[in-house]
Amino acid sequence: MPEDKILLAHGSGGKLSHDLIKQIFLPQFTNPSLEPLDDSAKITHRQGTIAFTTDSYVVNPIFFPGGDIGKLAVCGTVNDLSMIGATPSHLSLSLIVEEGFSIELLKQIISSIREVAEQAGVNIVTGDTKVVEHGAADQLFINTAGIGWIRQGVNLSGINAKPGDKILLSGYLGDHEMAVLSQREGFKFQGELKSDCAPLNDLVEKMLDTCPSIRCLRDPTRGGLATTLNEIAMMSNVGMVIEEEKVPVRESVRGISELLGLDPLYLANEGKLIAICPPNEEEHLLDVMREHPLGRDAEIIGRVVEENPKRVILHTLIGGHRILDMLTGGQYPRIC
Amino acid sequence: MKFIDEFRDKEIAEGLIQRIRKTSTRPTQLMEVCGTHTVSIFRYGIRGILPEQIKLISGPGCPVCVTPNGDIDLAIALSRQKDVIIATFGDMMRVPGSTSSLQKEKAEGRDIRIIYSSLEALKIAKEYPEKKVVFLAIGFETTSPTIAVAILRAKEEKLHNLFFLNSQKRVPPALRALLQTKQVKIGGFILPGHVSTIIGINPYQFIAKEFDRPAVITGFEPLDILQGIWMLLKQIEENRTAIEIQYRRVVHEEGNPIALKKIDEVFEKDEGRWRGLGLIPDSGYRFKESYKSMDVRNFEIEVEPLKEHPECLCGEVLQGIKSPLECRLFKKVCHPENPIGPCMVSIEGTCHTYYKFYQP
Repeated sequence: MPEDKILLAHGSGGKLSHDLIKQIFLPQFTNPSLEPLDDSAKITHRQGTIAFTTDSYVVNPIFFPGGDIGKLAVCGTVNDLSMIGATPSHLSLSLIVEEGFSIELLKQIISSIREVAEQAGVNIVTGDTKVVEHGAADQLFINTAGIGWIRQGVNLSGINAKPGDKILLSGYLGDHEMAVLSQREGFKFQGELKSDCAPLNDLVEKMLDTCPSIRCLRDPTRGGLATTLNEIAMMSNVGMVIEEEKVPVRESVRGISELLGLDPLYLANEGKLIAICPPNEEEHLLDVMREHPLGRDAEIIGRVVEENPKRVILHTLIGGHRILDMLTGGQYPRIC
Repeated sequence: MKFIDEFRDKEIAEGLIQRIRKTSTRPTQLMEVCGTHTVSIFRYGIRGILPEQIKLISGPGCPVCVTPNGDIDLAIALSRQKDVIIATFGDMMRVPGSTSSLQKEKAEGRDIRIIYSSLEALKIAKEYPEKKVVFLAIGFETTSPTIAVAILRAKEEKLHNLFFLNSQKRVPPALRALLQTKQVKIGGFILPGHVSTIIGINPYQFIAKEFDRPAVITGFEPLDILQGIWMLLKQIEENRTAIEIQYRRVVHEEGNPIALKKIDEVFEKDEGRWRGLGLIPDSGYRFKESYKSMDVRNFEIEVEPLKEHPECLCGEVLQGIKSPLECRLFKKVCHPENPIGPCMVSIEGTCHTYYKFYQP
């Protein structure tokens, strides 16, 4: 690593984050639960397999259209558990609060946490609160960890993709990152931009009920669709071909992306998933996804191929093609 | 999306590609001058769908990339002054100077702020009357009117603490320099749409008249670019040379007289220093007498000696002489996380575009 200091880009979810994990964390902690680097760890026990995951939330601003830092903290962890086929059941909740933070706002956030935990069917069973001096944290940071039992007969992992498989996406890209950006200083956009922040466990249950042979599920958060697909392509040592015209992006998100020079394929989502399924199952799976409110706008966006292993190729709108690389450098910090 | 989707239509694109195939009978090398064109060409995979005999080469049209090292070093030296706030467009942050970058200086605690419009610099100057606010005035003719307006306003509002590090560039003299060096064979130019919105068609006439080359002012959507290429090929096959406008929905022949007047009020033509191309007559601007007090180059300040990576090919890449693939540093040492030259920093830099989109 050429850098000797941590840069914001190390937290972007892109290439520098990967370097950090590979070069600093993994050499110290080697074990079979960690190594697949899936969204949650799998821990096998006599009675079955438990999924375990944790995530920290530092979004700025803490309230944004369509959600707040509390809702995000529950959804993020519930979704990480769901992506490896677990039924999320118990969550921890830790707060780091800056001195001077409004108790009224704290109440609002905690109430939003209760609401979305109920919706997702998870219990908050343990927690912790730390208060730090003014300036030592920005308002409020949240960490959640979660566990759930993995469904029997299901094996979801980023290493499972095979040539011939189909790639599905559950809906519009970029809503979350754009909703957060729209609130930032200097970008006061008007319009109906709303974060897609939502717990995906119910959608995943329905998908696995019909199609237990799904190979891999991922939620394209930081780094967006492009980065997540590259991760899977690398882990499974396969190539991928994506049809740009099939990838759903809202007009408002596309408009602002054009204006700011951002690419919607790299924008963060908090209520979307990518599914990779064996050939001939995609139409059936698509129907099930579209029946669910969180998968209404699902599309089959591409396929897994043998050629160009570890690469994702985009067939562009006008019939050309190009490489779709991981996020490098990071677009904007503190979006989740 | 209205006014965008119309210019990304697959069927029309196929029609244009057919026309290009029918028209083109000989090997041709065309230069897209502007970095925004380079990005669009790669983003939509346009190189791959053109007939093999048509080669596109990227030109010096990324303002961040052509800013000379010395100006970056000057900005860094200024940022180290206790009473200075630097206001800059975000792209400049990561450009490596001789030994540092603005991003690294910010991590050391210097007051460097990213802004999105020249007028924001005025706001900062008003907010901090006890500080000297220095705006890094980087850009081509597209940006110059907004810089001129900021200067005019600062004068009007009697702001005495706002200064400009002027490193603006004018595109046509650089194209003349490229044609004069004859190092690259250029069969025609895809001219920048937005620069031309300001300057119009006349400043380019020398390309056709003196150098006998065709040029087409082109928009940035894929259909614009395909149509621009077809218009160029048509001129070449018909042995005509003219400056034509493809981007009619935005560009007028006379340019934008109001914007030109603003530039003219504040600046006059001057030689300009370009990374890679060196000193080019008339390719820059200097302050007119009554605005000279805002020129930061009047400050007495020590700047570190120039140092450039001996293997970095940004200079040759900017002239279209070499492709990033010929650079030994490309992808191995130099990548977006550790840029050695500016062409790897800017999202419109040729090296960055190759890094992101190029598939062997």
